[in-house]
Amino acid sequence: MPLTSDPPLDRTAPRRTGPPADDDPAALKVVPVRHPWRWAAIVVTAVLLAQFAHGLLTNPAWEWGVFAQFFTAETVVRAVWVTLQLTVYGTVLGFALGIVLAFMRLSASPFLRAVAFGYIWAFRSIPLIVQLLFWFNLAYLYKRLDFGIPFGPGFFSFDTMGLVGAMSAAVLGLALHQAAYAAEIVRGGVLAVDGGQLEAAAALGIPRPRQLRRIVLPQAMRAILPNAANEVISLFKGTSIVSVMAIGELFYQVQVIYGRNGRVVPLLMVATAWYVLLTTVLSVLQHYVERHFAKGATR
Amino acid sequence: MSTATTPAPPAGTRPMVEVRAVHKSFGALEVLRGIDLQVRTGEVAVVLGPSGSGKSTLLRTINHLEKVDSGRISVDGALVGYRRSGDKLYELREREILKQRTHIGFVFQNFNLFPHLTVLDNITEAPLAALRRPRKDVLATARALLDRVGLADKADAYPRQLSGGQQQRVAIARALALEPKLLLFDEPTSALDPELVGEVLAVIKDLARQGTTMIVVTHEIGFAREVADTVVFMDGGRIVEQGPPGQVLDHPRHERTKSFLSKVL
Repeated sequence: MPLTSDPPLDRTAPRRTGPPADDDPAALKVVPVRHPWRWAAIVVTAVLLAQFAHGLLTNPAWEWGVFAQFFTAETVVRAVWVTLQLTVYGTVLGFALGIVLAFMRLSASPFLRAVAFGYIWAFRSIPLIVQLLFWFNLAYLYKRLDFGIPFGPGFFSFDTMGLVGAMSAAVLGLALHQAAYAAEIVRGGVLAVDGGQLEAAAALGIPRPRQLRRIVLPQAMRAILPNAANEVISLFKGTSIVSVMAIGELFYQVQVIYGRNGRVVPLLMVATAWYVLLTTVLSVLQHYVERHFAKGATR
Repeated sequence: MSTATTPAPPAGTRPMVEVRAVHKSFGALEVLRGIDLQVRTGEVAVVLGPSGSGKSTLLRTINHLEKVDSGRISVDGALVGYRRSGDKLYELREREILKQRTHIGFVFQNFNLFPHLTVLDNITEAPLAALRRPRKDVLATARALLDRVGLADKADAYPRQLSGGQQQRVAIARALALEPKLLLFDEPTSALDPELVGEVLAVIKDLARQGTTMIVVTHEIGFAREVADTVVFMDGGRIVEQGPPGQVLDHPRHERTKSFLSKVL
């Protein structure tokens, strides 16, 4: 039996189906492809969504009254403020150190490259929670901090216990952890800038610091920003880990309240709603910052 | 040994560019094998040669984008990249090298305009940053230069909104903004669509007429014939022959030059 079949021989006159072909292609009607399964999927998804929304509104266990009562409660708002402070300090210090580390990794000196690599390796390897507990217990390791000539006499010194309180230990931990990731993001952004740009800047005799500030970083920002925004948002939510150190940030505060009144679900929703709200603000901010750095770009 | 003939500079004109016994290797590959070249003030030298002959590398050593392995290069009497003291050559600091480069304009094959800056900012960036000239003067100069390359109406456009030919003309204006003593062109038309080559060459010809000292690496033989005072033919990291276009292009003395010209003409 043949695997291919020839078209049946048509011994009669050519048969036409449908109306005679029109010579004007514009007069032909285009029939779009139908997607019946897409419609089925839409219906199923819509029903599931409706069920979920119905549950949110009618299930009394959500206790929306309790949610409303605590959402704007003073203790909660103060805790949100602490969370924001941790995020801002962690981001600013983390990225500041990250930029330094990125340029160390890009430098011509093998020593600086190795140190930056070692830092990134170490701080990416140690879980944040372990690190935070380390900083929290720093006074156990070093009783005093002296500032002076390395290996020589000290000029002034601090009592570690007084210097590194819970809040500064948290900021320190978050920032050092963040710096390792920020360094790689910044390095990636700098590497994404076309080498010809640096060459052109060098050929024009533009001083080195200005090459970086005016030519490299603005272009690197386009590659840095989406990742950096990811990091900031993940740090913002990651501050909840600091609750292990009994710092009154949002998640810790919510736990304290439901520990007292037992209303676990509505209070978790209070924290969730704040996290969602502020993440939305950050995402909108990201959009505008990205637009600023997209000048002259086609996409 | 070099078979090249180096015409002695006419009395009274000292060379703008002096390249002596320059060698340069990338790893095991020796790209420049002893280059001697002189370009007088106001002269246009056009460098021809097959790909990989070392033309671009030679150009890039002249403004120290590439460091030479041995030999010396001087521009307007000043050693490029080094300072001589007694019988020692001291490497210059990056800051000093950048300062030297402000006297040497460089135009790249791929334009390398700064895509995030407007055309005007591309041109004003170096005079503001490297020469620290007053903003008002720099802006006036930049607008005059844009007018000269026929792009006065594009000052506020971004590079990606321009055609390749327009971008290269902006790049030339950007190089001219530093009022360099010497202009280096690295295959300025090789990345352009054929119909855009003419507008860029026209700008370079105009510069030549005004007595700008230039070294142009190109594949445009017609341009070389029309504009060059000296045509330099390179192959395998050496200068094979050089002389006036009428001599090198029409009566080449070396087989290598003859076979190259027969392929490109």
